[in-house]
Amino acid sequence: MAKKLMKGSEAIGEAAIQAGCRLFFGYPITPQNEIPEYMSLRLPQVGGRFVQAESEVAASNMLYGASGSGERVMTSSSSPGISLMSEGISYLAGAELPVVIVNIMRAGPGLGGILPSQSDYFQATKGGAHGDFRLLVLAPWSVQEAANLVQDAFDLADYYRNPVLVLGDGLIGQMMEPVEFQEGRSPCKELQPKTWASTGFKGDRPRAVINSLFLDPEELERHNFKLKAKFDAMVRDEIRCDEIGTEEDYDVLIVACGTVARVCSTAMEELREQGIRTAMVRPVTLFPYPYAAVRRAAAKAKAVLVVELSTGQMIEDVSLAVRATRPIHFHCRVGGMLVSPEEVIAKVKAILAGESEEVDYA
Amino acid sequence: MPETVFQRPESLLPVVTHYCPGCTHGVIHRLVGEVLDELGLRERTVGVAPVGCSVLAYNYFNTDFQEASHGRAPAVATGIKRARPDLIVFTYQGDGDLASIGMAEIVHCANRGEKVTVVFVNNAIYGMTGGQMAPTTMPNQVATTCPLGRDVEQTGHPIRVVELLSTLRTPAFIARAAVHTPLHAVRAKAMLRQAFQHQVEGTCFSMVEVLSTCPTNWGMPPGEACDWVEKNMVPYYPLGVFKTPDDISRAPLPKAQ
Repeated sequence: MAKKLMKGSEAIGEAAIQAGCRLFFGYPITPQNEIPEYMSLRLPQVGGRFVQAESEVAASNMLYGASGSGERVMTSSSSPGISLMSEGISYLAGAELPVVIVNIMRAGPGLGGILPSQSDYFQATKGGAHGDFRLLVLAPWSVQEAANLVQDAFDLADYYRNPVLVLGDGLIGQMMEPVEFQEGRSPCKELQPKTWASTGFKGDRPRAVINSLFLDPEELERHNFKLKAKFDAMVRDEIRCDEIGTEEDYDVLIVACGTVARVCSTAMEELREQGIRTAMVRPVTLFPYPYAAVRRAAAKAKAVLVVELSTGQMIEDVSLAVRATRPIHFHCRVGGMLVSPEEVIAKVKAILAGESEEVDYA
Repeated sequence: MPETVFQRPESLLPVVTHYCPGCTHGVIHRLVGEVLDELGLRERTVGVAPVGCSVLAYNYFNTDFQEASHGRAPAVATGIKRARPDLIVFTYQGDGDLASIGMAEIVHCANRGEKVTVVFVNNAIYGMTGGQMAPTTMPNQVATTCPLGRDVEQTGHPIRVVELLSTLRTPAFIARAAVHTPLHAVRAKAMLRQAFQHQVEGTCFSMVEVLSTCPTNWGMPPGEACDWVEKNMVPYYPLGVFKTPDDISRAPLPKAQ
């Protein structure tokens, strides 16, 4: 298929359709409205269905019903909307239902603003709703990668029978870049038929009951350990990260994800021209987190620099990875403000000149 | 050969329910089961259970089921029906679930005209959590969170869901029934049958509210509870069909140009 110039939001929608998504339930919220708008036009063309829900709460429960009946289904929202969906997300995880959720993050807390942010990192990776569960979280840094990850997200969701969250900041949704959709793409996991789905009980399989209620504590404990085994398998098999320049020698390791990592890569090129050596680890899966890659890469550096569009959330995972073996420095812009390459360059120089204060996580 | 004249519907599982003595959930389960049997729908039915006394309904019906979060059964049903329009989808919800926390979901499910059937069991109280005031609790009725009786000055009047939903322009079948006497139960079954029939034909959203008893939380024997329904609930929650899809006065308006 030829490359097409597409807006990130539309590429996400098209990728979902290419992946076999036939149902979308969502509620309007800036800055991701282009996704439901695209789906409302496109889905009926491929025999699918689009429903504008009365709220994000309802949308997340519509996902539950549709996924429980065995179909590939998606929603998208932005930060405050994801908070409202968190009820449904917990039930989806509890009932082991595969869905894909896209969060085009805006700055918070509360109504916050509508400009790009990474302030939902904790919400995405550390639970984000009641109960003991994890979401598999994918963080693209380009429109092409967003399209690829959305397609993989459907396979991963089906394989693990767990919600998968694609976490993009507002830049991913709004920018236009060339995208190419693979023709005849095969799933990234080997998938089984959904014999567990509630599709009518004819007696040829056990009665399907989609449920997260386990009143017997022994049964619920077994269920919790079953879920834990899935999350452990994700940690074992699904870690993805991108490493730039880690094969060479460098003084500062940058850790950043999403579009911030792209800003950092621009800064790295400029620093290289000035003779300053840096490398970067860019986590693509935020859960499971690439602790080993960060630890390995940090060991070669004098210092680690974490760059985020939050006041410091992913830095806690970097700290867990580095385990106090290297000084960690931090740079952020928040509230919808963006990090510039110049800021990153200045921060790296300050670190090397001993003029940057390290972040104390001891 | 002796002829079997009465047996458990195939749509109900041969299990003992957890419902309190005198509670009419069992009767309503049976009526739904009989209707599913008679219309031949069991094998393509998916039920949606609520949060409340009937949270375990999935253990009692011999059909596929989904257990929804509190109040969201109409949203879950929407998801199932949109995914698989060939399935027969019904929700089974109580008054706390449907008329309080789930009011947005039921209004919009009805207004979208989802081709699902809602069985709404109204016993004027929160049963499972131990007898708290519901939006349907009668004026001056005692509940654990209105121990001196429901004060309508503070809490408003009981919500009449059937009347409220009947104001929507979208075609629907909406009725209210009761099961506190055998005759009422027979009429309730006829309404449930019509409701499911509308779904089979793909006509419209359908809902039957069924006035139910809660002897445990009302604090009275089952017989008195049935009398209480007749004396206190039926006058405020009148029985009958409130809206049918061919109601011409609510025909859709011309499309915007």
